[in-house]
Amino acid sequence: MAKSEFAHLKERFDYLTERESADHLAVNCPADQLVELCTALRDELGYDLLLDVTAVDWDAQSPRFTGIYHLLSTTKHEYLRIAVDCADSIHPSLPSLCGLYAAANWHERETYDLMGIHYEGHPDLRRILMWDEYPYHPLRKDFPLAGIETPFPADDVAESTNAKVLPAPMAGGPFVSSADGPMSQTEPRARDESWNEQKEKPVE
Amino acid sequence: MATTTKEISIGDLGARSSEAEPTLQGETMALNVGPSHPTTHGVLRLKMELDGDIVKSCDPVLGYLHRGDEKIAENMTYNQFVPYTDRLDYLAPLANNVAYAMAVEKLAALEVPDRCQAIRVLCCELARVSSHLLGIGVYGMDAGAWTVFMYTFTEREKLYTLFEELTGARFTTSYTRIGGVARDIPDGWLGRVLEFCKGVLPVLDQVDKLLTRNRIFMDRTVGVGAISKEDAISYGLTGPNLRACGVDLDLRKDKPYLGYEKFDFEVPVGTTGDCYDRYLMRAEEVRQSVSIIRQCIDQFPEGSYYAEEAKKIFAPQKAKVLTSMEELIQNFMIVTEGPQIPAGEVYFEAENPKGALGFFIVSKGGGVPYRLKIRGPSFCSLSILEKLIPGHYMTDITVILGSLDFVMGECDR
Repeated sequence: MAKSEFAHLKERFDYLTERESADHLAVNCPADQLVELCTALRDELGYDLLLDVTAVDWDAQSPRFTGIYHLLSTTKHEYLRIAVDCADSIHPSLPSLCGLYAAANWHERETYDLMGIHYEGHPDLRRILMWDEYPYHPLRKDFPLAGIETPFPADDVAESTNAKVLPAPMAGGPFVSSADGPMSQTEPRARDESWNEQKEKPVE
Repeated sequence: MATTTKEISIGDLGARSSEAEPTLQGETMALNVGPSHPTTHGVLRLKMELDGDIVKSCDPVLGYLHRGDEKIAENMTYNQFVPYTDRLDYLAPLANNVAYAMAVEKLAALEVPDRCQAIRVLCCELARVSSHLLGIGVYGMDAGAWTVFMYTFTEREKLYTLFEELTGARFTTSYTRIGGVARDIPDGWLGRVLEFCKGVLPVLDQVDKLLTRNRIFMDRTVGVGAISKEDAISYGLTGPNLRACGVDLDLRKDKPYLGYEKFDFEVPVGTTGDCYDRYLMRAEEVRQSVSIIRQCIDQFPEGSYYAEEAKKIFAPQKAKVLTSMEELIQNFMIVTEGPQIPAGEVYFEAENPKGALGFFIVSKGGGVPYRLKIRGPSFCSLSILEKLIPGHYMTDITVILGSLDFVMGECDR
């Protein structure tokens, strides 16, 4: 079924290629055709609900970033996934869909915030989840899980207190296990080593 | 702006009639609501500009509850992430667990047995009842009707006792596993669920009497915060908030999963999309959920509560792990390397109490997702605030926020 649906789309938009998908129809679209494609999808083919905008960081691959869009038709009840590769891996950018879907505004802000993709034509491309002064894009694969020491957002406070935003402590959470070393060291455990399996917890 | 109070005719409600619209132009005032404020139901912050009592502009500030769930997911196995899904919409953790497990199973092309599906349907619907009971209760409280909360919260408490019996936890249930659920239902539990259903309907009638024709509640909600059908779709609203605007979209009906097509239920759809309609949607959805629960228990299937053939995905029974070599190895592999999921991309969303909760998973094979994106319905519900709030009275903001029934846990992730 998905095949014929794709053939139907391909007939209309010859720049599309089919994308591997474990569920519904998915297509690859060149970045410069995205707005045109979505306009037609929304106005003529009924894909009126933009569910999600996100991106995937392929790390060492080129192109490194792929923007992902999920659309749903409220009348036909069909999903569609559109994948758009960012040509530039250093300064990735994609056209904004804000003019078509109001929902794109916040989703694109989030993707910009966490992945660092610039949406051309976005009216207000600010960070949304991290604070405005935050210097990194934490969902990128090269960003460490624990975080990086960053300047405190309020300059006046930072000046008088020397405060910084510190990385998460590398012990105590479920994500502390490092890949190397014997099991006894890689096992998640609390920073407080004053008691463990061998030594009893001191009575307060 | 089609949604200002000025343009909505609501009869002779003195304060909101057009004569009350100030003609004097004074200085505007900046007002911060939140991030810690009872109105904002969590850590939402609204930066507003007020002209007298009327809000001129509103800029929602998010991120106070951002935990980086998506980053964390990339660094742990599929099963380890289940407890994190509890904390998305923490008022309906059972439904989140199910949505997540189903997304991963879709990627693995794994079908769970009928009994497991039925258990999951019960989980989803009980979670919906629990979430809506709280939603209606606090919404009433936002609008000044304190009593309703006492009734609905009592019922929710009974539900939590049932959850505890089923999952071992009241709040953060972590009940589903990839390929099944953590354990079978306890003896006599279905009977107690039916008893609860019997008890909750009279309470709903009482809530109905307290709110639906309550003059004060109507004055505060009818015509307030109306969202047009076009706006609702454009802003990507889902769930009761979308249906209140007159869009008939319920994934349980339109994209049936878990065998929802077997159940006979109605999807309530509103007309005006105002705060009052959103209340009506939730009240009716609870009744429909109760009906689904009863139908589900009526024909509760026998069988296994997990997919027995999924040997590399669902960890074997503890008793067998300790006595049989093969199961021991299997258990060890699943615990250390995670359930083995094939490479691919999948997007699945389920009709959760707050709207469509979606999971987009990119897998390169193995036990850890390469990328996991969570689409929280509350995130979209809040994005419309920028458009919805300007033009309303400050006192209406409380009601509008209450009616949208959002949870910051899944908004900030």
